[in-house]
Amino acid sequence: MSPVSSVHSQLVYDALKGCGVRLMSALPETWLVHLIRLAEDDPEMTLVRLAKEEEGVGISAGAHLAGVKSAMLMQNHGFLASINGIVSCAQLYRIPLLMLISYRGEFGERDPWQTEGGAVTEDLLRALRIPFVVLDRADHVAHRITKASTLAASSNKPVALLLCRDLMWEE
Amino acid sequence: MRRVDALAAVYPVLESRVVVTIMGATAAELQSLGHRDNFFYLQHAMGLASSMGLGIALARPDKQVIVFDGDGSILMNLGGFTTLARYRPANLVHVVFDNESLLSVGGFPTATSTGSDLAGIAKAAGIPRTATVDTIEGFTAMFASALAAGELTTIVAKVEAVGPSKYVTDLSLLENRFAFQRFLRQAAP
Repeated sequence: MSPVSSVHSQLVYDALKGCGVRLMSALPETWLVHLIRLAEDDPEMTLVRLAKEEEGVGISAGAHLAGVKSAMLMQNHGFLASINGIVSCAQLYRIPLLMLISYRGEFGERDPWQTEGGAVTEDLLRALRIPFVVLDRADHVAHRITKASTLAASSNKPVALLLCRDLMWEE
Repeated sequence: MRRVDALAAVYPVLESRVVVTIMGATAAELQSLGHRDNFFYLQHAMGLASSMGLGIALARPDKQVIVFDGDGSILMNLGGFTTLARYRPANLVHVVFDNESLLSVGGFPTATSTGSDLAGIAKAAGIPRTATVDTIEGFTAMFASALAAGELTTIVAKVEAVGPSKYVTDLSLLENRFAFQRFLRQAAP
């Protein structure tokens, strides 16, 4: 059994679906495994598996202009790899992005290679003026995802939700 | 072949389609032929024009989408070829104008000038239809057959490294973006 929480992944997925998300781009990472499978098994969802996360910015931009609501599933290192696209496509052209970023490298991280990304994630989000909130408890998941989606749509700008260890990992 | 002549040759068939271009010379030249609300110019984010085309094509399978890409741009997102190939939208035609140069920043040679073959890369990535053309006649014939085929196609059009005298036009980026969105959301199949 994977220690990734399938119950909490389902909560996140249901909240995204409830916001009207019908297209998800994703690059697989451990914490996202259930979310990606839920999207793949859902006939109402278009899942786009990426080679690199920045592609997801372009795909979400295209989908948005065509009237389809999307979300991006990525690790925080994927967010780092997407920054030019976020700035020079989404922010330049006022495209809403709903980014779900697995927050690797925070307290409790055991993998040494994740620790640098974790240390810069929040500062980079602030530097880019991207509103963000953490998801670290089941009881606020639906509420915060809904509010994030609302702000993305009303501001026409990217927003981020940080998927935290306490929510995604059962240990 | 000059890129502006290639664009002019297919301009009439762009009327009812959805068009996404890269920045710089390609955007300025298409605008010089006559801007339309169904044309979107991605004036930065190099590499993402093909990804935007994929997003539109998946969201609107009833509309034909044409991406005018360039060698410098697609070289920044070669992995995107594998994503295009994976979902292979039947309604997407991907044109790469290859002038072997980063023309708008001073003409520095790209890797296609030393033999990298973009159609070969596209084919190896799994794009079902690929071709390289170097004449207007070859381009227009391949473009027409791609539209008729209803299968994801990448056309690499070898063009001269020449462009317009200026790249900034009087169409503001956000004006273009919102008019394009309105076109897309209101467009009948």
